[in-house]
Amino acid sequence: MIALRLLLVALFTAGLAALSPGVASAEGGAEQVSGTLRTSLSGPIEGVEVVVTTPDGDEVGTAETDENGRFVVDLPGPGEYTVTVPEDSLPEGVEFNSGNSRTVTVDPGRNQGVIIGLDDGSRNAGGGTIRWVELLVSGLRFGLLIAMAAIGLSLIFGTTGLVNFAHGELVTIGAIVAWFINVGGGVPLIAAALLAMLVGAGIGALNEVGLWRPLRGRGTGLVAALVISIALSLLLRYLYQVVYGGRSNAYADYRGQRTVDYGAFSMTNKDLTSMVVALVVLVLVAVMLQRTTIGKAMRAVSDNRDLAASSGIDVNRVILVVWMVGGALAALGGVLLGLSDEVQWDMGFRLLLLMFAGVTLGGLGTAYGALVGSIVVGVFVQMSTLVIPNDMKYVGGLLLLIVILIVRPQGILGSRARIG
Amino acid sequence: MAELLDALAVALKAGIGFQAVFFALLAIGLNIQFAYTGLLNFGQIAFAMLGGYGIAISVAQWGLPFWVGVLIGIAAAVLLALLLGIPTLRLRADYLAIATIAAAEGLRLTFRSVSATPITAGTRGLSGFSDPFVALAPWDTARRYSLLGTRWSGADLWVTLVGWILVALACLLVWLLVRSPWGRVVKSIREDEDAVRALGKNVYVYKMQALVLGGVLGALGGMVYAVGTASATPDQYQNANTFLAYAALILGGAARVLGPVIGAMLLYFIIQFADTGLRTLIGNGVIPEDLLSATDVAQIRFMIIGLGLILLLIFRPQGIFGDRREVMLDAR
Repeated sequence: MIALRLLLVALFTAGLAALSPGVASAEGGAEQVSGTLRTSLSGPIEGVEVVVTTPDGDEVGTAETDENGRFVVDLPGPGEYTVTVPEDSLPEGVEFNSGNSRTVTVDPGRNQGVIIGLDDGSRNAGGGTIRWVELLVSGLRFGLLIAMAAIGLSLIFGTTGLVNFAHGELVTIGAIVAWFINVGGGVPLIAAALLAMLVGAGIGALNEVGLWRPLRGRGTGLVAALVISIALSLLLRYLYQVVYGGRSNAYADYRGQRTVDYGAFSMTNKDLTSMVVALVVLVLVAVMLQRTTIGKAMRAVSDNRDLAASSGIDVNRVILVVWMVGGALAALGGVLLGLSDEVQWDMGFRLLLLMFAGVTLGGLGTAYGALVGSIVVGVFVQMSTLVIPNDMKYVGGLLLLIVILIVRPQGILGSRARIG
Repeated sequence: MAELLDALAVALKAGIGFQAVFFALLAIGLNIQFAYTGLLNFGQIAFAMLGGYGIAISVAQWGLPFWVGVLIGIAAAVLLALLLGIPTLRLRADYLAIATIAAAEGLRLTFRSVSATPITAGTRGLSGFSDPFVALAPWDTARRYSLLGTRWSGADLWVTLVGWILVALACLLVWLLVRSPWGRVVKSIREDEDAVRALGKNVYVYKMQALVLGGVLGALGGMVYAVGTASATPDQYQNANTFLAYAALILGGAARVLGPVIGAMLLYFIIQFADTGLRTLIGNGVIPEDLLSATDVAQIRFMIIGLGLILLLIFRPQGIFGDRREVMLDAR
């Protein structure tokens, strides 16, 4: 049953290049990308045209797969390339696992193997797992991750009125920092995740002290602040791409885990652990909001800022703590997301719109609303793949967002007064 | 020095080319929506995508005449504006922002998905739809022409010329509109919506009209871009382009008729100059390869725009020509 899950495979053949490196490097320009398209059910897939482009979209070359499903494309030089398999070229029943293209960096004189994951649907062929239960569980996991990232977004909105479009970048920085510490520094992922949370809190604080507090002092309007946050998101996102690169990478630990069967569903240990971690952290946040002085102060400022200030709460300090907590939670969410998917420079931005959906559904500005709404969105996105194709599932989430705005703009737990 | 002059020439061509027309039209649309009416449309690129694909799908897939494609593109943009506006325009400003950015990303993902491939050709995109338009050019489009020290293909020149005529007409329209009673009403909506409502105006309808008008201008921009590049792929219409248009608008001066046009030309000039200049500097070794590689240059433009937009909004929100009192916008 375990083996039945995702019998996907696209093999890669970097080894072939190693056999003849002398000739290749002597010419100085023998960079290639190569790979193999095959799955266990369909066998090698022949006659598929593979397209290689530069990151700007200029076509470098194409190749058809041979009778072994193998393709090789010669490149003009080292650098970053995107290998794309046209979406409609696969035989009946075979689908892409996660997108039809891969971006790779090719070093001088190297034949770079490319893996494009394929799914021939054989995971549904047997086993005791029930698809909708499986999707429900993975939706819960996804929803908990969204919730962790979104609580900061919601609290920041509640306390300052700012809709922070750069919140996704806090998620990404967590994942990237943990990746550099884990893969580059050789530190175990758990320690790296804790360090990433510290960095996330620091960057949250920097956001507040370095940018938003002075702007509030200048009386910058909310609309201007909104556009500034989106410009900040643009700046950071592409800075990440320059520093980190366009590739997606996995962490060094917990790779290639097999799924464990739990009867109606199956999941890897790392996914189960991240669910538990997310749950525990969210409960801790709830306890903090409910019981501690600073938590009560946060809710008070969120509820009515002027009233909170006049009852002696140091509003600026509360907002600073909100930013730090939000940053740390977003960073942890990023690490967990990077663990289940992979670390990518724009992962946070792609999550941002789902965070908005969750926060809007729950009620902008309420911490518990963000929690409930995010879980609903996560489950909805995953379970929508029962009806719509896998590559459209985010579209389902975004549609849900627009439907919420029509039906109940104040969200589940929000109050009418907030929406103007 | 010669390389610097080359970079300047390339940048000059970009500053008056069809890409600048594209951003100018997008920014004029945003000028009506954001600067005059106070609407936050963060999905302007979706309107452009519908415009571009309106032509591309009609001509390349359905075999309809080019001008029918133009009408379909405009109709699609109007429809999107209505769909987004009806639920959100009664709510606070940031709800429209979230809905529009979500719609833009959702539409792009839909257009590039496998299920839409029979219509949109997926990530590969459509081409071969611009020939009927290029054939209308009064000169030989196969030749290359020299203009202000830059070389243009006949087709580029024709698309660019028609594009600038569109920009001029759009500016004329905006100029007439903002001097009309309609313009005074939308400007007052921006300043104080409740006061306008108290005067008996239907704020919702005025906002909707502004949203539709700006969206149609965005669709026209997308058409110029699709015809100019002679192809339509979903990833041409990345979300970041909306914010390049915002940057153009704010750089030139929001709530000024010519602000977005000047802004778009300047912006594209700056982007292209930085692009070519950086590539040249990396190419002849002034910037060491391991500090910044040539493949990173494409990302630098977005960083420049992001940083520039932040600094502009903080220190000079009125841009080059704007009036500070008019652009101290705030959400209700």
